[in-house]
Amino acid sequence: MHILDIQNVRKSFGDNEVLKDISLTVDKGEVVSVIGPSGSGKSTFLRCATLLETMDSGTLRYMDEPVATMENGRIVYTKDLKKVRGYFGLVFQNFNLFPHYSVLKNVTDAPIHVQKRPKEEVRAQALELLDAMGLGDKANAYPCQLSGGQKQRVSIVRALAMNPEILFFDEPTSALDPELTGEVLKVIRQLAEQSMTMVIVTHEMAFAHAISDRVIFMDGGVIVEQGTPQELFEGTKKERTRQFLQNYQR
Amino acid sequence: MTFQTMVGELAYAFINTFLIFAFTLLGALPLGLIVYFCKKSRFLPLRWITEVYISVMRGTPLILQIMVIYYVPSLVFEITFPGNWRFYAVVVAFIVNYAAYFAEIYRGGIESIEIGQYEAAQVLGYGKLQTFVKIILPQMVKRTLPAVTNEVITLVKDTSLASAIGTIEMFTKAKQIAVSPRSPGMMTFLVAGVFYYVFNAIVAFVMKRIEKALNYYQ
Ligand SMILES: Nc1ncnc2c1ncn2[C@@H]1O[C@H](COP(=O)(O)OP(=O)(O)OP(=O)(O)O)[C@@H](O)[C@H]1O
Ligand SMILES: [Mg+2]
Repeated sequence: MHILDIQNVRKSFGDNEVLKDISLTVDKGEVVSVIGPSGSGKSTFLRCATLLETMDSGTLRYMDEPVATMENGRIVYTKDLKKVRGYFGLVFQNFNLFPHYSVLKNVTDAPIHVQKRPKEEVRAQALELLDAMGLGDKANAYPCQLSGGQKQRVSIVRALAMNPEILFFDEPTSALDPELTGEVLKVIRQLAEQSMTMVIVTHEMAFAHAISDRVIFMDGGVIVEQGTPQELFEGTKKERTRQFLQNYQR
Repeated sequence: MTFQTMVGELAYAFINTFLIFAFTLLGALPLGLIVYFCKKSRFLPLRWITEVYISVMRGTPLILQIMVIYYVPSLVFEITFPGNWRFYAVVVAFIVNYAAYFAEIYRGGIESIEIGQYEAAQVLGYGKLQTFVKIILPQMVKRTLPAVTNEVITLVKDTSLASAIGTIEMFTKAKQIAVSPRSPGMMTFLVAGVFYYVFNAIVAFVMKRIEKALNYYQ
């Protein structure tokens, strides 16, 4: 069984074809990094997988359950999207925490009111997660009282509290000052060690190298190359990949 | 008429002023939200009707709207309302007028909320109604509070327009007293002004408190 199985995704905005036949499967415990230049379609791809955009064509399955299928050349989404949304979590570049909710409520509200899980159980889990992320003393703070790195860690906890099968990250550290990047990357590394299944769009090449099982290089709406971090970062045969990576060599 | 009697009568008439004010807010604050939803409706004719309604409410004098609502049913359609129609006509006119303004204020507030809030809610599985009630509405209320306060303060002063159709409220009363023989004359209007001013000071104070209470987040 694949956790995520997304095939032949096409997506255009007007005349701009952003995704040109992209496919990806992710298995349990895998950490997949997606790299590529700005405008290559990384975010759009993630947004298609997390149902924030509808694909023009393609198929999508979570846990072998069909979410989007092709019928007579037209894409059809399942009606029960609420259940599907329970399978994944998404961490945004800009956190998108709810400013009027305390940290604890940000984390517990959806598990309680969307998933209808028992309050006490959710609360206990949330406090434990916050603790593990070094936010034990922030449960009653409001997002505006937190640093960027803390906000991003809260938003990771918020996603984790839904008990997702897979977690997507869209440039989780790009909105952070360099000195705050480390604390967020550390948390993601922790998750990787706990075998959390993750797809991470990132510009942090060293980080992608260190934690990924597989790296995907996207450019111009296609997957140019994919492989182990060693294959991509150290032994790429593709000129385009080499060019891109050169910009990150220091 | 002594000064005291005059003040007493104005104070008594102020009860009606306050009732017009309170009923208008009770009606117009929620109605404004409904108007906003009509304006955003996917049903095109409803959207058009709402556009026209809002532009008429904003483009014509409130005093005229009061007169239309008061006179048209009886003069044109020969409908007679039981009870104190003068009073209700004013309240209806105010509610309908202020709802249009509130709808526009709400629209500004709602549209200023980042798309990311909707996206985060969607990914977490919140339904449309849940997202609006739990995530969007509270933030909208906070952001629109200063503009709403302005409208509320204007409303206090606008209640005096009810005198156009002779509804008994404080300003109508003041006019009656001022022209009656051996009354304190112009002094009556001065006192009425003090009533409005003090009431608005209280309104401003209450709204500030609400704003402060919502300051627990940015
Ligand atoms: N909602 C939209 N409407 C129109 N065009 C869009 C929309 N979202 C993305 N695009 C376009 O799609 C292309 C791919 O954008 P996308 O955000 O997926 O790139 P990206 O790889 O995530 O880039 P970055 O590294 O800068 O985040 C860009 O040309 C962008 O302008
Ligand atoms: Mg992006």
